[in-house]
Amino acid sequence: MRALKSVAIGAVMSAMAAGGAWAADPVKIGLILPMSGPFASTGKQIDAAVKLYQQLNGTTVGGREIQLILKDDTGTAPETTKRLAQELVVKEKVSVLAGFGLTPLALAAAPISEQAKVPMIVMAAASSVITTKSPYIVRTAGTLPQSAATIADWAAKNGAKKMYSMVTDYGPGIDAETTFKKRFGEAGGTLAGEVRIPLKNPDYGPFIQRAKDSAPDALFAFVPSGEGASFMKEFNERGLGAAGVRLLVTGDVTDDDLLPAMGDAALGAVSAHYYSAAHPSPENQAYVEAFKKANNGMRPNFMSVGGWDGLHLVYEVLKKTGGKIDGPSFIEAAKGMSWTSPRGPMSIDPETRDVVQDIYIRKVERVNGELYNVEFDSVKAVKDPGKAG
Amino acid sequence: MVSVGNVLFNGIAYGMLLFIISVGLSVTMGLMGFANLAHGAFAMLGGYVAATLMNQWGVPFLATLPIAFLAVAAASFLLERGLYQRLYRATELDQVLLTIGLVFMAVAGATYFWGPGQQPVQVPDYLSGGWTIGGVDIGAYRLFLIAVAAAVTVGLIFGIERTRFGAMIRASVDNPRMAQGCGINVNRVFSLTFMIGSGLAGLGGAIGINLIGLDPGFPIKYMVYFLIVVAVGGLGSIKGSLIAALVLGIADVGGKYYVPETGAFIIYAVMVSLLLWRPTGLFGRR
Repeated sequence: MRALKSVAIGAVMSAMAAGGAWAADPVKIGLILPMSGPFASTGKQIDAAVKLYQQLNGTTVGGREIQLILKDDTGTAPETTKRLAQELVVKEKVSVLAGFGLTPLALAAAPISEQAKVPMIVMAAASSVITTKSPYIVRTAGTLPQSAATIADWAAKNGAKKMYSMVTDYGPGIDAETTFKKRFGEAGGTLAGEVRIPLKNPDYGPFIQRAKDSAPDALFAFVPSGEGASFMKEFNERGLGAAGVRLLVTGDVTDDDLLPAMGDAALGAVSAHYYSAAHPSPENQAYVEAFKKANNGMRPNFMSVGGWDGLHLVYEVLKKTGGKIDGPSFIEAAKGMSWTSPRGPMSIDPETRDVVQDIYIRKVERVNGELYNVEFDSVKAVKDPGKAG
Repeated sequence: MVSVGNVLFNGIAYGMLLFIISVGLSVTMGLMGFANLAHGAFAMLGGYVAATLMNQWGVPFLATLPIAFLAVAAASFLLERGLYQRLYRATELDQVLLTIGLVFMAVAGATYFWGPGQQPVQVPDYLSGGWTIGGVDIGAYRLFLIAVAAAVTVGLIFGIERTRFGAMIRASVDNPRMAQGCGINVNRVFSLTFMIGSGLAGLGGAIGINLIGLDPGFPIKYMVYFLIVVAVGGLGSIKGSLIAALVLGIADVGGKYYVPETGAFIIYAVMVSLLLWRPTGLFGRR
C-alpha cells in the first residue's frame, strides 16, 4: 500500500515537472568575473551593467525568468575559471556562460562550452583567438586588433611615416603589435623601432627614453589598462610631446574608469576604441546617466558595455527563439543579429561569431572639468582583423 | 654618450628609491634577525596615506611625505608590539609565514578601502617636467628623489655612527644581554629601530607613487626587488644597501634601455653574480 502510494505521488510529481518545466523554468546565466584581485574593476563594471540591464528591462523574457549567478574567479587563475564554469554547467545547470575578464580565463573555459554545447558570451577578454576555441562562443566586447588596426590606418592617413611600437609582452600586447605593424606597413609606414615590455615592469622610463632617442613621428603603445597612468606620466615627464612625438594608443589605455584619475598627463592622447562614455548618442547618454545613478557616480567604461550588450544578446535571442536556449539554437539566432548599443551600432559576425562594430578615434580632452575620450572620427563596421589572415 | 648620461641619471634615481624603501628591511633583518616580508606593505601604506591626504584633503605633496613617515611608523609600532615581538625568537619559517600572511591581508585590505586600481597623484608643478643639460634629460621629480634619498642616507649614517641612540642600537645588536646589563632597554631600542625602518618604507612608498605607481599589488610586485637589495647589500648594512640599490637601479635601467628584449632579467643576472662573488652580500657580516 505504502509502496503504491509513493509510486503514485512520484508519477504525479514527475508529470507536473514535465508539464510545467517549459514555461516556468528560469534561464540561468553563469556569470564568471574577476570580482576581487587586480582586475576587480572589470568585474565590477560588468556586474553593474548587467544588473542595470535587468533593472531597466525586467527579468523575464519570452515567458522565462532570467537568473544571473555571479561567480568570482579572481582574475588571475584560469584553472579556477574552468572549475567554476564546470560547476555552473553541471550543478547549476546554467544555459549560458558569460563574463570572462581576461584572455587566459576565457580560453580555460572554452572547452567546457564546447563539450557541454553551452553558449559562452565573452564580455571582456579581447584576444582575437578566443572565439575560434569553441563553436558556441560569441563576443560582445571588442578585440584588440580592431583598435590597433584602426589606429594604424589613422596614423598613416594623418602624416605619421615613422612610428615606434611599444607593447606589453603578453597575449593581447602581441596581438596589438602584430596587427599594428601589419596595417601600418601596408599603409606605407615604417617602424623606427619596436619593443615588448615585460609584464612585470615597474618603470617605463628606460623604454620610453629609448623610443624618444629613435625620433619617431609617433609612438604606438599598448599597456594593460591599469598601467595607463604611469605610462602617460612617463611619456610626459620625458618630454616626448615637446619633441614632436605623438602618442597613439588602443582605447583600453585611456579607460574611462581610470581616465579621471590619470590627470593632465593623459591630455591629448589619441586612441582608437569601441566605447567612450562621452559617445554623443541618446542611447549612451541615457545609459551613462542610469549607470552613474545606480552606482554611486561610477562612470561606465568599455567593459561595462561588453556586459550590457552580452545580456542584451541573451534577451534578444530568447525573444527570437521563443525561449529556446540550447547551444546550437542560441548561436544560430545570435549570428548576424544587430542592434544599437550605447557604444553605437554593432552586430555579430555570422561567420566568426565575433563582434562587428564602429571604432572611434578619440582624443583625451577636458569636458566640464573631467577628462573624457572625445570622439572625432570613426570607421564603420570594423570586423576583427585578427581573423582575416 | 648622451644615452649613458640618461641611463645613469635615471638609474640612480630608481636605485635611490629602492634604497629608501629597502633600507628599513635591511635594518630589521640584519639588526633584529627578523625576516619581515611585509615590509613592502608598510611602503604601500605610506603611499596610500600620501595619496589619500593629497586627493581627499588637498594636503600639499611635500607635507604628505613626513605624515606618511609618521603614520607608517605608528602603525608599525602597533604591529611590532602586538605581533612581531612574539616571534623574535621563533624560527624563520614562522616569521615568514606570519609576515606573508600580513602581506595578503594588506593586499585585500587595500583593495577593500581604496579599490583595485592605480592611485592617481598629481605632483606639484615645480616637481614635474625637467631640463636638458648637455643632452641629458634631468627630470625634476627624479632629482628631488635623489636629494631626499641623499638626505636620508646622511641622516641614517650620522644617526647610527654618531648619536647616543645609534650607539645603543649597535650595542643591542652586537650583544643584547650585555646591553641589557648596561641598562639599555633593548626591547625599546628594537621597537624604535623597527619604527624608523618602517617609516622610511612608508616615505619611500609615498615618494615612489609618481615613479612606480601604487596599487594593492604593490607589496607583492616589489617584494623581490627589496629582497634583492637587502641580499646583495648584506644584511644590516646601510652602506651595502645603498650601493646595492644603486647598482641594481642602474643595471635595471641600462639593461632595459640597451637590450630591451632581455632587459628585465639583467637585474637577476647581476644579483646572482654578485652573490656568487660575495655570498653574504657586498658588506655582509659573517
